[in-house]
Amino acid sequence: MPINYYIFLSLALFAIGMIGVLTRRNAIIIFMCVELMLNAVNLLLVAFSKMHYLSAGSPFSTAGTDGQLFVFFIMVVAAAEVSVGLAIIVMMYRNIHSVDVNFLNRLKH
Amino acid sequence: MIALLLLLIPLLGGFVTFFLKSDNAARSWSLLTAIATLLVAFLGLAVYNKPECLSFHADWIQPLGASFALKLDGLGYTLSLLATLALPLILAATWHRQYANAKNFFGWMLLGVAGMLGVFMAMDALLFYFFWELALIPMYFICSQWGGEKRIPVTFKFFIYTFFGSILMLVALIYIYFQTPNHSFAIEDFYKAGQALSYNDQMWLFWLLFIAFAVKMPIFPFHTWQPDTYEQSPTAATMLLSGIMVKMGVLGLLRWVLPIVPQAAYSWGDLTSSMAVIGIIYASLIAMRQDDMKRLIAYSSIAHIGLMAIAIFSETQSSFQGVMVQMFNHGINIVALWMVVEIIERQFGTRKMSELGGLAQKAPALAIFFVLFAFANIALPLTNAFVGEFLMFNGILNSAVTKYNVVFAVLAGLGIILGAVYTLRMTRKVFFGPANALTQNAVDIKWNEKIILGFIAVVIIVMGVYPQPILDFTQAISDELLKQADILHLLKK
Amino acid sequence: MKNVLQLAYLIPLFPLLGFLINGLGRNKLSKGVIGTIGSGAILASFIVSLILFFQVKGGNTEVVNYFNFISVGNLSIPFAFQIDQLSSIFLLIITGVGFLIHVYSTSYMHDEKPEHFARYFAYLNLFVFSMLLLVMGANFVIMFIGWEGVGLCSYLLIGFWFKKPEYNKAASKAFIMNRIGDLAFLIALFWLIGKVGSVSFTEVFSAEGLAKLSTTDITVITLLLFVGATGKSAQIPLYTWLPDAMAGPTPVSALIHAATMVTAGIYMIARSNVLYSLAPDVLNIIAWVGLATALLAASIALKQNDIKKVLAYSTVSQLGFMFLALGTGAYGAAVFHVMTHAFFKALMFLGSGSVIHAMGGEQDIRKMGGLSKKMPVTFWTFVIGCVAIAGIPPLSGFFSKDAILLSAYAKSPVMYGIALFAALLTAFYMFRLLFITFTGKFRGTHEQEHHLHESPKAMTLPLIVLAILSVIGGFVGVPAVLGGSDELIHFLSPVIAIAEGHHISHTTEYILMGLSTVLVLGMVLGAWVIYKNYKEKENTGFAKVLENKWYVDELYDTIIVKPLKVLADFLNNIFDKKVVDGLVNGVGRLVNYGGRQFRWIQSGQVGSYVLLMVVSILLIFVVQFFLRK
Repeated sequence: MPINYYIFLSLALFAIGMIGVLTRRNAIIIFMCVELMLNAVNLLLVAFSKMHYLSAGSPFSTAGTDGQLFVFFIMVVAAAEVSVGLAIIVMMYRNIHSVDVNFLNRLKH
Repeated sequence: MIALLLLLIPLLGGFVTFFLKSDNAARSWSLLTAIATLLVAFLGLAVYNKPECLSFHADWIQPLGASFALKLDGLGYTLSLLATLALPLILAATWHRQYANAKNFFGWMLLGVAGMLGVFMAMDALLFYFFWELALIPMYFICSQWGGEKRIPVTFKFFIYTFFGSILMLVALIYIYFQTPNHSFAIEDFYKAGQALSYNDQMWLFWLLFIAFAVKMPIFPFHTWQPDTYEQSPTAATMLLSGIMVKMGVLGLLRWVLPIVPQAAYSWGDLTSSMAVIGIIYASLIAMRQDDMKRLIAYSSIAHIGLMAIAIFSETQSSFQGVMVQMFNHGINIVALWMVVEIIERQFGTRKMSELGGLAQKAPALAIFFVLFAFANIALPLTNAFVGEFLMFNGILNSAVTKYNVVFAVLAGLGIILGAVYTLRMTRKVFFGPANALTQNAVDIKWNEKIILGFIAVVIIVMGVYPQPILDFTQAISDELLKQADILHLLKK
Repeated sequence: MKNVLQLAYLIPLFPLLGFLINGLGRNKLSKGVIGTIGSGAILASFIVSLILFFQVKGGNTEVVNYFNFISVGNLSIPFAFQIDQLSSIFLLIITGVGFLIHVYSTSYMHDEKPEHFARYFAYLNLFVFSMLLLVMGANFVIMFIGWEGVGLCSYLLIGFWFKKPEYNKAASKAFIMNRIGDLAFLIALFWLIGKVGSVSFTEVFSAEGLAKLSTTDITVITLLLFVGATGKSAQIPLYTWLPDAMAGPTPVSALIHAATMVTAGIYMIARSNVLYSLAPDVLNIIAWVGLATALLAASIALKQNDIKKVLAYSTVSQLGFMFLALGTGAYGAAVFHVMTHAFFKALMFLGSGSVIHAMGGEQDIRKMGGLSKKMPVTFWTFVIGCVAIAGIPPLSGFFSKDAILLSAYAKSPVMYGIALFAALLTAFYMFRLLFITFTGKFRGTHEQEHHLHESPKAMTLPLIVLAILSVIGGFVGVPAVLGGSDELIHFLSPVIAIAEGHHISHTTEYILMGLSTVLVLGMVLGAWVIYKNYKEKENTGFAKVLENKWYVDELYDTIIVKPLKVLADFLNNIFDKKVVDGLVNGVGRLVNYGGRQFRWIQSGQVGSYVLLMVVSILLIFVVQFFLRK
């Protein structure tokens, strides 16, 4: 499959995630949108990694493998983030009985 | 060896001061350190014929090509002598002044002087910059903690202003550093790299360097921090600032601008000289209308430094040597004037000329010293300042690098006349005329003050009658700098 | 000892020692000791000067080098003294008249407290020291040291009674006006250094030295030196300090402001006569400035009522005559007049001091009158002074003034006419002063009349000596036409080349002499008729202008001092604080303002940050996209 398809798909995913983050106020949905963006990047990394591997030619080449390494990194970090983030959201819900981020501008003051 | 000792004694002495138990111990310790530094400086005179004793070289930050290179040449030595001579006098003259947290005060004083000595001796651009900032920071702390009422905004401005200049200088130094073939901060490499720069590069580098030094000196229109800072600082710090620290800027122009970007210095020389000439007349006029003695002396200092700036840009042997001699003499004279101001302020609690008057009746000894210092300040022959001003004016008028030499000399000469006007006005208002309610119970200075002021008076007269030793002293380095900065010689190459 | 002239250093050394001893020991020494040291130092110098003078007369002249004062690169300025005909004459005048004035001062200043008495003598000795440096210096720099030194001493002595603010103002004025001239002197000096590479007289005035100077150089240098001389010697436009300088003690006025310091300018130009002779335009200027000063000051002196002010303006006027002589190329005549003037003007100042002393400090001649009976010695010596200055033969003033008038005539009859008119005014105002002060009825208070007395011996003796000198002093310069041999001119000829014989016939000379003598006698008679019984009356019209000194002080105040003050105030209060510092603070304020304006961006809303980020990234993409095209 040409690389373009992957690029457009991940671009679409990223855009959806971005718009979600910008427009929604529900913390959990924002969170999911962030994950969406991360996964869009992951998809792109894997796609490019495969492309580089193929273009390198040799079957024993390690070309492009670092891209996949990054994907694993991101997944780990995302998992850790989710656990911390969800915990924060739970705390937040307990405190203000809402997950609306607009209530959360106290940091400013 | 001497160079290293000269740096280390005040530096270590300063650090020790912070950890002393009592304030009085700190006071005595700092004076002791200052005297030890002075002795070392004098010791160096004995071995002046052996250059290896006067320089020090060690690796510092090797990967960057920066080394810990110190050297006492005629220029650096003259200024180091000034600093080491002035410091004990300053400490002794302000001996009775009480400071809260005195040990910190004296510690900062010593560190500041160590930084200044480093600037005078540094032969490596990075080291020069390092000491440049090291000298600034203690002064900031002193002025902001022990200064007058408005010390916070004034010191803040002083710090930001000079620091702004330093950053510009750092940019220029780093740029030149990358032009050196072997990536070195050594001064010789800087001279070579700088002189090889294209004309356009020199033109903008000049301003980065010049502004840093112009702020420090200060040259009009970069002077506005100075009267405020002098006024608000404790007098000991004012002496240090005006007597020694401003000489850092002059030294910077002589050693770190002219030889590095000689073509630009030649091209911009008329402009900078014009600024300095305006500054002389401008500062003299303003000094005429001051009421606060400290502000008057501050403005008079701007005028004197302006003359040095023109002399530097006139690039003649006479003016270079004049500047070097004058730096020493100006330091002595202005410290002496501040001492009298300090004595007056301590006794009457005011520096306002309008509130004083008639001191000559009750304090004749003080009046005699003050009149002597005042006349030294306006360069009367047979006082020290005459020699320097004579050589500088001679150089300015006979300069070959500018078309406007006569104009500069005549306009700068107006400063001589105006200098007499404001100095005599101050003398008249403070010491002559009838005594008023405040001054009629004035007491004269005591023997210890007489000794200090008398010592300075002797220095002033001796340097004025027989200046040849210090002229011989500065001959070699002014030749060297002139050779490096000589534009005609460069064009021939 | 190779040469007795090596001893020249002793001449300034004695006064310097006197200055140091009296200055440092002012609280311990008694008045007698102080006076002895002060006068003794000058006497010692005088004796050495005499020895040197006879050496010089025997043809022994030398430049004595002591040490290197300043030596930089090619420029070398030795601390050296030049003992030759010109300087030895001046040495004698300075130390001789100086000694008499010191002796006089021991009595005149006797009412001062010991420490002030010592201070006075210390200043006086320092002054003599500076003046000696000035005339002995073998180069322009040493001369300049003395030049500024006498300015300093003048400042110190004018402001001697420092409790009075106006005296201090006069002192400052003197110093500052002198400084204006000094600046011109300095620039001339640097010009010389630049062109000739030396400042020593022997080198500059040698053929090689002069060859290095173009005509323009010589004109500029001589003109600048002359401006320097106008400051020191009180010529237009820098003369106004001298009358104010009368604030100092009277012997000081005699020494500094009549006999010695003010003649420094004459000395300098006479010393540089080689240069000046090459600049005829400048000589012309000098002659006219001298003439104008002589006339202006004489006209002012006509209506002054302060005894010292009259003498002060008379000094300015006489200095004008000397400059006229210089300008017409008669350098020798100028030096001659310096000498005779030193005698009779010192005499008259000391005489006026004697009067002031007797009057208990009163200086206004309107309050005097009829003093001749009470103070015969003062009166008769004063008469001699007046006769001498008026130029009545055979007293000294006649010969020197005649020499000047003659050289003016040789230059142009117009100059002669004006100079003669000024000389007549001189005779008139001097005798006016004499008659108002010493004849008629006493017009002061009863108390003053009771107090009137002849001054003590220490004051009258110098008067008598000076009177004798005023009478015989002219005989060293009797012109050939009167059977003399112009001895002084010939003595000076190694330094000042004798001008080619002027083409005036002896008959003309006789006529001119006779004319001036007759007219002067007429003036004296006129003064006698008008002022023998003086009554006070208000001045009106032109007389009032004269009484107010042509309003020159007011003019200077309006066009120079006040505008400078206004400018300085403007710079101080507005320009420096608002514009220069305003710019600096403005940069700081701009940063502050910018910070406040952009603060809304840091809203704390995560959403807005993200939005900004996205927008910025998009912007970067767009910009990049277009830039690549």
